[in-house]
Formats: sequence, C-alpha cells, structure tokens
Amino acid sequence: MVRSIVVVAAGLSVPSSTRLLADLLGDAVERAVAARGEEVEVEVVELRPLAHALADHLLTGFPTGELAEAIDKVVRADALVVVTPVFAGSYSGLFKTFFDVLDLGALEGKPVLVGATAGTARHSLVLDHALRPLFAYLRALVVPTGVFAASEDFGAGGLDGGLRKRADRAATELVALLGCSGQTTVHAPRRRPVGEEMAEVTPFEQLLREAGGDSVR
Amino acid sequence: MQIGIFTVGDVTPDPTTGRTPTEHERIKATVEIAKKAEEVGLDVFATGEHHNPPFIASAPTTTLAYIGAQTERIVLSTATTLITTDDPVLIAEDYAKLQHLTDGRVDLMMGRGNTGPVYPWFGKDIRQGINLAIENYALLHRLWREDVVDWEGRFRTPLHGFTATPRPLDGVPPFVWHGSIRSPEIAEQAAYYGDGFFHNHIFWPPAHTEQMVRLYRERFEHYGHGPADSAIVGLGGQFFMRRNSQDAINEFRPYFDNAPVYGHGPSLEEFTEGTPLTVGSPQQVLERTLSIRDYVGHYQRQLFLVDHAGLPLKTVLEQLDLLGEILPDLRKGFAEGRPSHVPDAPTHASLVAAAGGAKDSTVYAEADAATGTSDRDLHDPEVAKVLEGEL
Repeated sequence: MVRSIVVVAAGLSVPSSTRLLADLLGDAVERAVAARGEEVEVEVVELRPLAHALADHLLTGFPTGELAEAIDKVVRADALVVVTPVFAGSYSGLFKTFFDVLDLGALEGKPVLVGATAGTARHSLVLDHALRPLFAYLRALVVPTGVFAASEDFGAGGLDGGLRKRADRAATELVALLGCSGQTTVHAPRRRPVGEEMAEVTPFEQLLREAGGDSVR
Repeated sequence: MQIGIFTVGDVTPDPTTGRTPTEHERIKATVEIAKKAEEVGLDVFATGEHHNPPFIASAPTTTLAYIGAQTERIVLSTATTLITTDDPVLIAEDYAKLQHLTDGRVDLMMGRGNTGPVYPWFGKDIRQGINLAIENYALLHRLWREDVVDWEGRFRTPLHGFTATPRPLDGVPPFVWHGSIRSPEIAEQAAYYGDGFFHNHIFWPPAHTEQMVRLYRERFEHYGHGPADSAIVGLGGQFFMRRNSQDAINEFRPYFDNAPVYGHGPSLEEFTEGTPLTVGSPQQVLERTLSIRDYVGHYQRQLFLVDHAGLPLKTVLEQLDLLGEILPDLRKGFAEGRPSHVPDAPTHASLVAAAGGAKDSTVYAEADAATGTSDRDLHDPEVAKVLEGEL
C-alpha cells in the first residue's frame, strides 16, 4: 500500500522560503514513512498558480481544471503537510481561501502537519494561534509539533541548528497517525456531496423522518 | 422535448450604457418576453421568485396569470418556487387557481433558491433549507391530492380538517419539478415522488450535472417509477447568438464581465469552456445544446436564460427570434435516436389521460345548520335540477 502525502504550499515568490520549508517537511515525512517499511508518494500542491481559479471558485461556486485536481488530491491524501507564509500576523489569504472552498467535512480525521515561515521568529506563535484553530474547525488531526522557520533558520547553520530536527520530529508524529484516520473518527452529522451520496444514498424516508425530528439540514 | 426560457427577473444596469431599467419597465418587459417566447414557438416560460431588490420576481402567479391571459399555448412555470419560505398552503391555492385560469397550462419547479438574509423575513432559518423543502413539499403534495387534510409538522402551524381551494383542475395536480444545483437530497426527493428533476446547469461543469442527474435517474428507478432512462429531466442553459460568432462574443462580453452572479470572476472564454454557456453563431448554439445528451441522456425540458445581466429588451427579443430560427433543427436533433419508451415531459393533458380522464374535484360545502341541507345535496331534487342546468 502506497501512502499518499500531499504538501500544500502557499508561498508566492520563486524561490520561496515557504516552498523550502514545504520540501524539507515533505522529505522528512517521506523518510519517516519509508522507515516504517511502507511505500510513500509525496506530491506538492503550490497554491500560487491556483490563485485565479480560487477567486473564480468563490464567485461561481465550483472549481475548474487544475484547482479541481488539486482539491481532489488533497481530499484523497492519507496525510497533509500545509505551509503558509505569515501575512499581517496570520496565514495568508491565499492559504485560507484554499481551505475555505473545500467541502464541509473534507478534511475530517485527516492527519495534518502545520508549518509557517516569516522574516522573524517573533511570528512563530502563528502556528498555535491561527493554524491550529483553523484545522481544529475542519476536524483534522493536527500533530503536536508544528514547524516554524524564520529567515535565520535557512541561513548559515540554521538547518542543522534545529530546523531539521523539528521537521523530523513533526514527521514522525504525522506518520504515527497514518492509518488511524477515518475509521477512528466519529463523523459529525453533516450534509454529503453528491459523490458520497452516489456511493450510499440517504433514503427519502429517512430524510422525511429527520426533517420532522430535530435535525439541522 | 420541451424547449423554453426562464427568467430570474433581475433589474441590472446595462453595462454598456449605465442605464438601469425601472421596475415598471422590467415587469412589462418580462411580459413582452413571455409573449415573444410563444410567438417564436417555444414551449415553456418560467419565472423565478425573489423577495428583494434588485429583482421584480415577487408575486409569480400574478405575472403568470397575466401572461396566461395573453397567450394561447405556452406552458407557464416557475424557476423556482420557494418551497422553503413560502407557505405550502398558499402555494397549493395559488397554483391550483392558476391551473383553472389557464386551463391547465401550469407546472412548477420547487427550489430553495434563497440567500441567507431572506429566510428570517419569513420566519425561517437557512440552515434548515433541506428540511423545509422536504416537509413543506410533503404537505403540498397532500394538499393537492387529499380533499381534507389533517397535518402536524415541525415548521408550520398544524392543519385540522383543512381543504385547500380551489381543488386542482380536473382532479389532477400540476406537475412538479424539483430544482437543485448541488443537493443530492433534492434529487432523492424528486426520485421518491416520481416528479421531475431540474438541474440548473448554467453555472456548473458537465461532470457535476451528469452526476446529479445520474443519482436522480437511478433512484427514480429504485422507487419503481420506471427505468432510469425514462425519468423526467430538465436542464438550464444560456447562450448569446449573433449570425457571426465574433459579433456575439464582442457584444456579450461586457454583459458577461459585469453579470451579477459570475461577473468579475472567470473570463468569458473559461466560462464557455467549463459550463454550457454558448456565445456564438446559431449553428454553434444548436450543436452545443444537442451535445448535452451525451452526458445526461435523453431529457425532457431545456430552459434557457436569455434576459439577464442588463441586456436590453430589444436584444432579448432578437435572441428569441434567433432561437426560433434554430428551433426546428433543435427539435429534430433531440428526436434523433430517442428511444420510444423515453416519455415527453408530463402536461396537464397527459396527466389527465393517465388519471383515466378529467373529473370535477370540487369539494362542496357541508350541510348547513339551519336547513340540514347543502346547496349541493344531490338527493335534493331542486338542487339536482340546478346542477343539471334546468333552473
């Protein structure tokens, strides 16, 4: 069984330090899965080329082309690594927009490693004050170690001065959750998209019964 | 195959002139458009329902009755009737009345079609949109089929011994479509009742529409209404035509770019590629429309949105003329390869025939307390004479 890991990177420049961190985390997760003797496939989804499609999605309500493929990859992944630059003290708007347009419940029970980059380490609490609440709302399983990288972490001695260690630790935590998702999560009642209904339809008698009960639908 | 138009009644500035029509102009234009639709040979005119600016689509049965009085043949429908916030009792009354006035030229499409702020104006909550659609329609379905209804539910005050009047024309309720873009529950609801399912294809890519229609078809068969390919499917669409396709693109672009729903989003080129919007020559519209069967199968009703985004009345009427020109080819194309067991969309006449003929469904008053007789007591010889036209 091949474990599928998707890395979502919201950096804007090329090269971006967000992408550097994303790759570092992707490699760490790849090694950690391989260390368990399992096959692994790591794919990176860059949000920058999807920026227009994301704005269109907000206006039209549906994803097009590459955005649809990216969403599909993210939803199907066994685990996610998500990395954003810090803008105005929080995750970037582009990063948030991507998670805004996912179907309700799409990340339920999915293991997630959160990462962020900024010019200074003073922003490091963005992981705990912005990213964790976002993914808690989405009912994802965020690993205890988040990885923050400031410019200095990429400078002389930075990588080996702790960043790589933090990345490996977070990756190990993420990999420990592989295979625990889904089955162990109690799904909150929610409306399901047509694809899920096709697989298992909610019969009308049940809809009618619940409409008259105390359901919210 | 029924081919027609639907309107949402938006009052939108014409982006090429900056001028916004008055409500009065837009309301009168809607009537002109409906009459033109009949004139060019279309089968259906449907109006939306909104209760807020910038729309003039409130009071849909007033509009439809007025149009009905000035037309002969066209079926009057809705796109959509707000089954969530409208009282099902009033829907039962309004559309049964419209049936009588237009001699059965009525059907309707249920939809939730509301933005959040609308629900509270009618004492409702948007989070209950699906539940409202399910419970309200279950009541409406009974009100048209049972003369006396006892009912208690979650969202409306109870009814005891209630009779919705007038009773449906000839004892046959209007045919109902259920419209939904992305709610599988509504496809399930349509399938359960054996009603029609309408997918407003205009904003959405084919792959999604295909999936919604397939769910409805499979469940239609599951509930024993007939094979999946005989389920009753309708689709929305939109076009802008000129004889020369480049003229169509140039003329429509400012309306597209500033359209209330998708304006300032994807480009015209992206949108025409990703959705059924076709901007080009009549031949292109013809071919694109006929290609929709490739992914939804043979279907029963195609409605086009033609009067929106500030397009002037004159332009809309020209669009209808062009649609009228390709109409014979559209009909011919839709008939090609259509298996004989695939039905047409139900009409009043077909529903009456299926019910074994028309019957008067009038519910007469009970005997009054003073005389102990009813004015419609058939055992009273005097009453019998009145009824037989002798007195």
